[in-house]
Amino acid sequence: MSRMLIVLLVCALSAPVSAAQEAGVIKIVKGDVAVERSGERSAGMPGMRVQAGDRVVTGRDGQVGITLRDNTLLSAGPNSSLALDEFAFDSTTHAGAIDASVQRGTVAVVSGKIAKQSPESVRFRTPNAILGVRGTSFVIDAGAGKP
Amino acid sequence: MDPVLPIVIFAALIAILLGQDEPAPRLAQERVVLLPERDGSASAVTVTTRGGAAILDKPYAAADVFDDGTLARADESAASVEMRFGAALAAQPPPPVSFLVYFVFNTDELTDASRAQFGRIKAELAARPAPEIVVIGHTDRVGSIPYNDALSLKRAQTVRAALIQAGIAPAGIEVAGRGEREPAVATADEVAEERNRRVEITVR
Repeated sequence: MSRMLIVLLVCALSAPVSAAQEAGVIKIVKGDVAVERSGERSAGMPGMRVQAGDRVVTGRDGQVGITLRDNTLLSAGPNSSLALDEFAFDSTTHAGAIDASVQRGTVAVVSGKIAKQSPESVRFRTPNAILGVRGTSFVIDAGAGKP
Repeated sequence: MDPVLPIVIFAALIAILLGQDEPAPRLAQERVVLLPERDGSASAVTVTTRGGAAILDKPYAAADVFDDGTLARADESAASVEMRFGAALAAQPPPPVSFLVYFVFNTDELTDASRAQFGRIKAELAARPAPEIVVIGHTDRVGSIPYNDALSLKRAQTVRAALIQAGIAPAGIEVAGRGEREPAVATADEVAEERNRRVEITVR
């Protein structure tokens, strides 16, 4: 049973991911980190691909660091929830879009190539605000979130 | 009964009554802080709510956002950011680094100096968690945009093959062709410039 699970997992991890869909890679995981994708929740691990539509959640002792395909660096502290609502990046023209929301907790951002090329296409949301980026490193505390 | 006790109780009652007269300080739900750029360049973040907007354009400028959408300016410092955001910042992946390689004129061969960087690239790969390589080709401005897009991609693929030959696992190597969009040296169109005919190897 557990062997079958491992085989299934390996198949899932090695399945080809279309370059257009892939948004980035999880680089750093400490403590409790989960990735939620279309209702499924899996443990976050270094090397795991993230896609548009994914939500990354950290527990009480959790920390996570992600590098997006346009070199944007995203990282979150404990008790945080970060959703990558939209991601698109053309590596030839650098056209693209990032729409991410921080539902709770702390997130640090170093913006990447999309923000440099078209800052108006990069947006970070919190429960009460929308942030626009002008080539930037910044941090967001979205509070404890709604119960 | 301790004669002091009634005085203490009276004082406490007064304190409670006085306390009720002052409005309780509102707690900000959210805070955004602009951090300094690594290279010291200017940057900014705009914070927009249904109640207003603020532009943070100095390092450590901060905005508090309340539940009703109102905004208040605040100031942070390196120390206070570390207190509140230290865990998020500690998990930040290492910034990507780039290496430039060049071809021997009119050939598919990398120059010796370019190949000499492969050791450093391997060291970067070994030092990073879940590393990836992006090989990005660039051209000078001789030729059309589509021609240079194809040429830059071809150059990137040549470098990818050289990296694989040098023992780097192919799975983690992505290629891209930027064509003539990002010249290292600005020139007029149709100007041959060898410094622009390069391939950038980004490790992240």
